[in-house]
Amino acid sequence: MAFGPHLLLATLEGLVNSAVLALTALGLSLVFGVMRVVNVAHGEFYMLGAVLAWWVASLVSGHPALGFLVALVVSPLIVGAIALASERLVLRRLEYNPESTIVATIGLLYIFQQAALTFYGPEARPVEAPFSYRVLLPWFGYSGYKLAVIAASALLLAGTWYMLTRTKIGLVMRATQYDRETAQAFGIPVTKVYAGVFALGAMLAAVAAVLTVPISQAHYLMGRDPLLLSFIVVIIGGLGSLRGTVIAALLVGLSDGIISVFYTPTLAKIIATLLVAMVLVFRPQGLFGTAAR
Amino acid sequence: MSGESSPAKHYGLHAALIALLAVLAFLLPEYHHGVFARVMVLAVFAMGYNLLFGYAGLLSLGHAMFFSAGLYGAGLTMVHLGWGVLPAFAAGLVAGALLSLAIGFLALRTTGVAFMIVTMMFAQVFYLALFYFGSWTRGDEGLVIAQGQRRLSFAGVDLDLTSPVTRYFAALALFSLVLVVTLAVVRSRFGRVLVAIRENEERTRMLGFDAFANKLAATVLSGVICAAAGAAYAILFGYVGATFASIQYSILPLLWVLLGGAATTLGPLVGTLLMFYLIDSSGDLLKAWLPGWNLSSLGIVGVALVLLILFFPKGILGTVRERWVRWLP
Amino acid sequence: MAAVTPLIATSGLKKHFGGLRAVDGVDFSVMPGEVRAVIGPNGAGKTTFVSLICGRIEPTAGTISFDGSDITKLPAHRRVRAGIAYTFQITSVFSNLSAYDNVALAVQRTLTDGRAVGHLREGVMAALSATGLADRLHEIAGSLSYGHQRLLEVAMGLALKPRLLILDEPTQGLSDGEIENFVALVREVAREATVLIIEHNMPVVMALADRITVLDAGKVLAEGAPDEIRADAAVQAAYLGAGA
Repeated sequence: MAFGPHLLLATLEGLVNSAVLALTALGLSLVFGVMRVVNVAHGEFYMLGAVLAWWVASLVSGHPALGFLVALVVSPLIVGAIALASERLVLRRLEYNPESTIVATIGLLYIFQQAALTFYGPEARPVEAPFSYRVLLPWFGYSGYKLAVIAASALLLAGTWYMLTRTKIGLVMRATQYDRETAQAFGIPVTKVYAGVFALGAMLAAVAAVLTVPISQAHYLMGRDPLLLSFIVVIIGGLGSLRGTVIAALLVGLSDGIISVFYTPTLAKIIATLLVAMVLVFRPQGLFGTAAR
Repeated sequence: MSGESSPAKHYGLHAALIALLAVLAFLLPEYHHGVFARVMVLAVFAMGYNLLFGYAGLLSLGHAMFFSAGLYGAGLTMVHLGWGVLPAFAAGLVAGALLSLAIGFLALRTTGVAFMIVTMMFAQVFYLALFYFGSWTRGDEGLVIAQGQRRLSFAGVDLDLTSPVTRYFAALALFSLVLVVTLAVVRSRFGRVLVAIRENEERTRMLGFDAFANKLAATVLSGVICAAAGAAYAILFGYVGATFASIQYSILPLLWVLLGGAATTLGPLVGTLLMFYLIDSSGDLLKAWLPGWNLSSLGIVGVALVLLILFFPKGILGTVRERWVRWLP
Repeated sequence: MAAVTPLIATSGLKKHFGGLRAVDGVDFSVMPGEVRAVIGPNGAGKTTFVSLICGRIEPTAGTISFDGSDITKLPAHRRVRAGIAYTFQITSVFSNLSAYDNVALAVQRTLTDGRAVGHLREGVMAALSATGLADRLHEIAGSLSYGHQRLLEVAMGLALKPRLLILDEPTQGLSDGEIENFVALVREVAREATVLIIEHNMPVVMALADRITVLDAGKVLAEGAPDEIRADAAVQAAYLGAGA
C-alpha cells in the first residue's frame, strides 16, 4: 500500500480509538472533576461492560443486531448498578478522601478483575457486530461498523454535553464540582449527586466497551490499557472539561495509531507515558492544581 | 515516636526479634523455612516503602521500579558481565540510588494525588523499558542466574547462597541491618523532620527546614533500601523477571505496610508475613471449597486492600500502639 | 540611630492578587532591638505584609533586606535559618506530636545551624519553661487547650533563637490572665530579639510597642510612637474610630 492510503487507514483506525477513548476518559474526568476521586477501577468498569455485553448477547437468540442492541442497553445498566453499590459501600464510607479512595479503588480493580476471571474465564470472546457492511474506498474496504462506532460515540458525547450544560442535572453537577459546601447549603443533595456521577462515569466506560467488543474481543484483563490512556487524556485535556477531553482523546487516539505505524508500539507507549508524566510534573495545574488539599 | 524516649526498650525489642528469627532458622519445617527467607527479603522492600509512605507521608504507586532497579542492577551484571555477588549487589544499590534520585527530583515537585499518579507513570515507563530492551532482559520470561555464580567468597570463607540455611541467614542479615537502620533513622532528628513534613509541611518549612531536600533524601534512602531488597532477591532466589516491575509489585508493599501498620518499624515484617500466609493458605482453601474456579491471589489482595482502608487504616501494630503500647516505635 | 543598619527593611514592596493590591508599595524599616507593632483594619494587608517578610509568599515588586543584605529571593526556610521566625495567626502546631517534639524541631534547627549550643533536651526545656509549658512536655499538642497551643506556637518561635520574631495576632482567643503573662513574656524576649507584632488588642499594642506602623488598604497610613499614633486624626478616622 502506498504512503497516502496507509496514512488514511491509520487515521481511520485512530479515529475509532479516539471515539472509544473519549467516552471512557469522559467518565473518568467527570468522576475526578465532581468528586475529586481518582477512580483506578475505571478500566474495570470498561472490562465489565465488555464481558457483560458478551454474556447478554449470548443469551439473546436471533439476529446478531438484536443481541448487540440488548447488550448496549443492559450491560451499562448492570455496570452502573455495580458502581452505585461500590460508591455506597466503599467510597462514601471513606468520605471521598483522595488518598484513601485511590487505595480502595485499587482494591476494587483486583476484585472486579478476579471476579471476571472466575465467572467469565480467561478466554477472549467476541460479540458479533450488528451488521457487517463494508465501505469500499478506492484503496481498501473499511468496516462500516467502525464508522458507526465513531458516529455513535460522537452522538453520545453530544448528549452528555447537552446534559452537562443545558439541563438542571448538569447545573447541579457543576455546582457540586465548583463548591461542595455551598452546594450543600443551597439544598443540593451532594451524596446523591456523587452516587449519580460515579454511576454515570462507569456507564460511559461500559458503553464505550460495548461499542468496542465487536472489534476487539472481551477479556478479563482488557481494562488496563483504557485506564492508562484515559489517565493520559484527562491529564492532558484538563479536568472536567468536556472539550479538553475530546480534543485530548483525538490527539492521543490518533497519535497512538500513527506513532505505532512508524515506531514499535512499546516505544510509542514509553514516550507517551513519559511525556504525560512530565506534563503532570511541570504543569500540574492542568489537572491537579485544585485537587491537592 | 519521640527520640526522647526509651532507647533501651526500642533496641531491646528489635534485638529480641532478630534473635527470635535466628532461632527459627533451626526450628522451622523446610517449607516454612523457605517462606521466611523470602518474606524477610520482601519485608526489606516493605520497610523501604514504609520509610517514605509511613513516616514522610508520601504515597508512591511506583516503588516496583526501585525494587526492580536493584533486581536488574544485580541480575544483569551477573548474567551478562559475569560479576560476582558483592559487586552485583553494589550495582543494584547504585542503580536504585540513581533512579530514586532522578525520580524524586521530578516527582517531588508534585503532591498528593498527582504524586501518586506520577510515580505510577514513571514505574510504567520502567516496566515498558524492560520489554523494549528485551534482548537483554528477556521480558516476562526473565533471566535465571546460574547456581555457580551465587556464591560469596571472602577472607577464605566460601558461602553457597543457594543452600537454604545460608540463604536464610543472608536474608536475616540484610533484614536485621535494614531494621536497625530504620529504627535509627526514625529515632533521629532527620526522622522527626520527616514526620513533621507529613503532619504539616508548611509549618516545617517555617521552622527553617528545606522540605524538598528532606523529602528527596527520604526518597533516595527508601529507593536504596528497596533496591537492596531487589538485589538480594535476584542473588538469593536466582530469578529476575519483568513481573517484579509491574504495577502489582508497587501495590504489594503498600498493602503489606497498611496491614502491618504504617509508620511502625516492625509493621512491614508483620504485614508481609501475614499477607504471604493469607494468600498461601487461601489459595488451597479456595481450591478445596470451589474446585475448578480460576481464583487467583489478586482477588484476596483486592479484598484485603478494601477492608483495611475501610475498617483498619492504622494496621495491626498501629492499632496496638494506639491502644496499648504507646512507646512502640 | 541613623548610623545603625535597620534589622529589616522593605522598599516599594508590593503584592497583588489578581486585581487586589494587598500590599501596595510599602517602605518600612525596623531598628535592631525595637518592638514594632503593625496595626490596621481587617483586610489592610498586615498578614500579607509579614508573610512577604518571612518568605511564605513572593512579592510582586520591591525588595526586602535583613541586616543590610537583600533577602528578596531567599526561600523561606533560609530566612528562618538567618534568624527570622514567624508564628502563625491560625494556630499551626503539629497536633499529633507531643509538645516536646514540637519544640524539639525548632531547637534541633538552631543546633544544626550552630546558632545554639548544648543538648537538644535542655534547649527544649528552656523554651517550654519560658512559656510555662514545662509540665506538659509529654502531652499531644492537639489535646492542649487553645491558649496553651498559642503559647506552644510562641515557644517554637523562641526556640528558633530568632533575631526577628514575627508574632501574627498572638493574643487572639486568649483570656485576660493569659494576655497579661503574654505581655510579660514578649518584654522578656525583646531584650534579646527584635519583635514585629500584628495585634488588634490596643492595650497590648500600647503596652509593648516602641513604635507603631498603621497599614490601610496595603499602604502605610501613619508611623510613630504610640502617643503620636493615638493622636493622629487620620488613624482615628481609618481605624481607631471605626469601632475598634
